[in-house]
Amino acid sequence: MVHTFEALGLKLALDVGSGALHQLDGIAYDALNPDPAERARLLSRYPTEEGAAIAAELDELRKSGALDAPDDYDASLLSEPGVVKAMCLHAAHDCNLSCRYCFAREGTYSDPSRSRMPVEVGKAALDWLIAKSGSRRALEADFFGGEPLLNLPAVMEIVAYGRKRERETGKRFSFTITTNALGLTDSAIRFINDEMDNCVLSLDGRREVHDRMRPDAGGRGSYDRALDGALRLVGGRGDKSYYARGTFTAFNLDFTNDALALADAGFAHVSVEPVVAFGDEPYALRPEHLPRILEEYDTLAAAYVQRRREGRPFSFFHFNVDLENGPCLRKRLTGCGAGNEYVAVTPEGKLYPCHQFVGREGWEIGDATTGAFDADAQRLFANNHVLNKPDCRACWAKYFCSGGCCANALAMNGRLDKPYELGCATQRKRLELALAIAAMDY
Amino acid sequence: MESIRTPHIHTINRASLRESLEHGGCGECQASCQSACKTSCTVANQQCKRQERRSPETKRGAAV
Ligand code: SF4
Ligand code: SF4
Ligand code: SF4
Repeated sequence: MVHTFEALGLKLALDVGSGALHQLDGIAYDALNPDPAERARLLSRYPTEEGAAIAAELDELRKSGALDAPDDYDASLLSEPGVVKAMCLHAAHDCNLSCRYCFAREGTYSDPSRSRMPVEVGKAALDWLIAKSGSRRALEADFFGGEPLLNLPAVMEIVAYGRKRERETGKRFSFTITTNALGLTDSAIRFINDEMDNCVLSLDGRREVHDRMRPDAGGRGSYDRALDGALRLVGGRGDKSYYARGTFTAFNLDFTNDALALADAGFAHVSVEPVVAFGDEPYALRPEHLPRILEEYDTLAAAYVQRRREGRPFSFFHFNVDLENGPCLRKRLTGCGAGNEYVAVTPEGKLYPCHQFVGREGWEIGDATTGAFDADAQRLFANNHVLNKPDCRACWAKYFCSGGCCANALAMNGRLDKPYELGCATQRKRLELALAIAAMDY
Repeated sequence: MESIRTPHIHTINRASLRESLEHGGCGECQASCQSACKTSCTVANQQCKRQERRSPETKRGAAV
């Protein structure tokens, strides 16, 4: 399968099976037109010798395995499920903001008790992860919520326990945290910058966009407080990884301005993500927004390239594609690993396939405090890989996207193996732009 | 990595997916949803941990 496309003024072809990316001139682009009749028509405009020359070049590429390489890999490549190596620890089902778009309903996951994870549950979860991780050395635990800083003392103790267990077991924990930045006291910042390998700071970009969707319980905007904390954290972070992460909704389809606002505010690493909302909320993204969203990604990519040219670059999560050192094929087939290699743990220790499944009826798959874990559920998720989803199998983006978000698939289409079309369309668009940006570097 | 130019085509990266079958699958890299977004899966922007461990000199152009 070959995907030809134009992005940022470049004509490109991605050979799906081999992963090779080719930049084409006009005739080469025409010669790879997927429609045979159209291809013949386009090529008839060129002198015959040129047509023959381009055919010879394409044949060379085919022989070298960089064009029309077989792309249907064998699913038996994938290892048997059984190992879990990453978890999302819901430190608090409570929040000090009342974001209107929160998929967890003000951070509570519909949990009226607004519970916080006791230290003992966190420790048991890390022990469970170590026990389930087989020979994997690198383990991950993300502190999430709600707002995890509402339970900071417990987070600190759980991390200290993890460090002790590292010494005892030879495992290595990569701890990360996702926070709304309101509770960033100096000591919280010191702790995060010392212990967290990555920190995701939720800020939406422009003040008015942020304040509209991220008010506190009293209805007051949170932009100034969040920005202040986030900048102090980043200022002390050195070269450790972080992201300022915004959400775009139907209210800010011009989200380039928000990505740039984050960059202008002083964040070098920026991500802006579509809102997770599937109902009739006024801010939800709907199919009629799609053309506008795709166009906006073009605008964002152009601004991104422009900033690089001007010597004031920022990194945008979805535009980072490493063509040389990207993941292996097995990784590309398995994707996020939700329910298989990755689980979410509630404050009570209940296990769910991932943070977006938490609280969804029928999706509890175990308990970290008792060690119970549903092996059949794990197998179900393990088998839900790219090669087993018909839409993905036919999709050119499959080895970059790796099969999309099954939580969204379930929410939108009622099944794990039918990806959410709006998500797919935006994923493919971002990938085209990311590939074009990568091509510009050569 | 050497990119390859012919008159009409500039091949930007070597074809390497199939080769990655030989060394891959160690599982030491980051779970993808963990990294920045927490709401969308993408492996495209991840790096292979095995390759990160190589020295910068061998990283570029190494047959991995
Ligand atoms: S670290 Fe590299 S080889 Fe190992 S699973 Fe990840 S991408 Fe594959
Ligand atoms: S873009 Fe959609 S169809 Fe394509 S691989 Fe991703 S989830 Fe599957
Ligand atoms: S199912 Fe979706 S939300 Fe859950 S880990 Fe995977 S990509 Fe992330």
